[in-house]
Amino acid sequence: MSELPEIFRVLAFVGGIMALVGLNAAFSVWLERKVAGHIQRRIGPKEVGPFGIFQSLADGIKLMSKQLVVPAKADPVLYRLAPALTMITAVMVFVVIPFGPALVARDINIGLLLIFAIASVNVLALLMGGWGSNNKYAVISATRAVSQNVAYEVPMLITVVTMVMIAGSMNLNTIVGQQQNLLQWYIFPWNGSLLLPVSFLIFFVCAMAETNRAPFDLGEAESELVAGFHTEYGGMGFGLFFLGEYGHVFVGCALASILFLGGWQCPFGWLPGIHWLLLKTYLLVFVVMWVRWTYPRTTLYGLLNLSWKVLVPFSLAILVLTAAMLKVF
Amino acid sequence: MSGYFREVYDGCKSLLVGLGITFRYMIQPVVTLQYPRQAVKMAPRYRGHIDLIPDAEAESGNKCIACGMCQRNCPSGCITLKSEKPEGAKKKVLTGYRLDFTKCSLCGLCVESCPTNALDFSKEYNLAGLQAENFVFDLLKRCEERRR
Repeated sequence: MSELPEIFRVLAFVGGIMALVGLNAAFSVWLERKVAGHIQRRIGPKEVGPFGIFQSLADGIKLMSKQLVVPAKADPVLYRLAPALTMITAVMVFVVIPFGPALVARDINIGLLLIFAIASVNVLALLMGGWGSNNKYAVISATRAVSQNVAYEVPMLITVVTMVMIAGSMNLNTIVGQQQNLLQWYIFPWNGSLLLPVSFLIFFVCAMAETNRAPFDLGEAESELVAGFHTEYGGMGFGLFFLGEYGHVFVGCALASILFLGGWQCPFGWLPGIHWLLLKTYLLVFVVMWVRWTYPRTTLYGLLNLSWKVLVPFSLAILVLTAAMLKVF
Repeated sequence: MSGYFREVYDGCKSLLVGLGITFRYMIQPVVTLQYPRQAVKMAPRYRGHIDLIPDAEAESGNKCIACGMCQRNCPSGCITLKSEKPEGAKKKVLTGYRLDFTKCSLCGLCVESCPTNALDFSKEYNLAGLQAENFVFDLLKRCEERRR
């Protein structure tokens, strides 16, 4: 790809990433409904296309054909900006995700940092949407989302620091390059720190909380807050929040598979490439959905207690242990 | 301190047990039916509206002797029988059996009182219509249709 003029490369990646975000949301919505259905021993969507795979397309057309209503007294700028911002953050983090040895939009050496810098702007979008739509439920939800994101950013970043210490790089492609086969995956305790599986667990739980997925979906607690921060959004305003949420879920799972499960590397060393990353990512996405349809929503106190009393001390302990092990061995 | 670790351990374990349960449910066969295309077989004692039982042996196609017991016993008065006695014949012949299902309470007194067991409950439950007349059934005609 490097022999092409820069502008074509940029356009190709922008188009590819946008298509991936859209297709990912469509596929995830379908998968989510199928998983939910089968866990409740139903079939799930089956009418639109074979196995109902065009269900999300039909939903998308429905959302696009709806009128966008701006509530009276809503903040005109913030209200319109919030869905776009959540989508922008979801798309932008894809810039540094390595899909293959050379298939990365920008192979920069602080890729990991960039992902967290941009992804944490997402919570600002939720706050803007909640604040701007002049609705008390939306405001409650926005404050919850912020406190939740602040609480879970901490253990997540500590875990990421642990991983950076082990890998010695913030370049995601370098991190993937170090995990050439199953035995070298960073999820296993012999690759640097004894508690790496726990690190993976902490990272995964935090990723779920960061993306506001159940059981941490206090931001859109349907039974208490109507729909949370997107209560006042209809049509594609809601649609963009939805696309953004699934985009973030994908990024969280892709990052987990890059940091711990070898990214685009094959576990057995055959044919590394984008298919391995997608396979691992969607396996994790499936686990996220499986978790969602298994557990009821936590309380706000339970959520914050889990972060400050369990995840933060554990991640700090792992950080110290890893530092000691790296120094000694 | 050990209580804290115990709690974390027990918490993780119970979460895994929960995941196991939902996974088992996920791989089990579904229990729902796709309604318009598939339907549950109705229970044998389900009470739909009443029906004349087709009888291949009888000349008229059913066992009704037009005695009028059902009509007299019906508390809501939804059954209207029509019968005639052809010249030279010994028995009456049923010429019309009209059921006004809008009034029927499905009490089953007609089925119980029938001396020849000519009536039973149908398994019809998909009844919908725009007019009250849609629920007035000609049971004799239905019986003929079912016999064919």
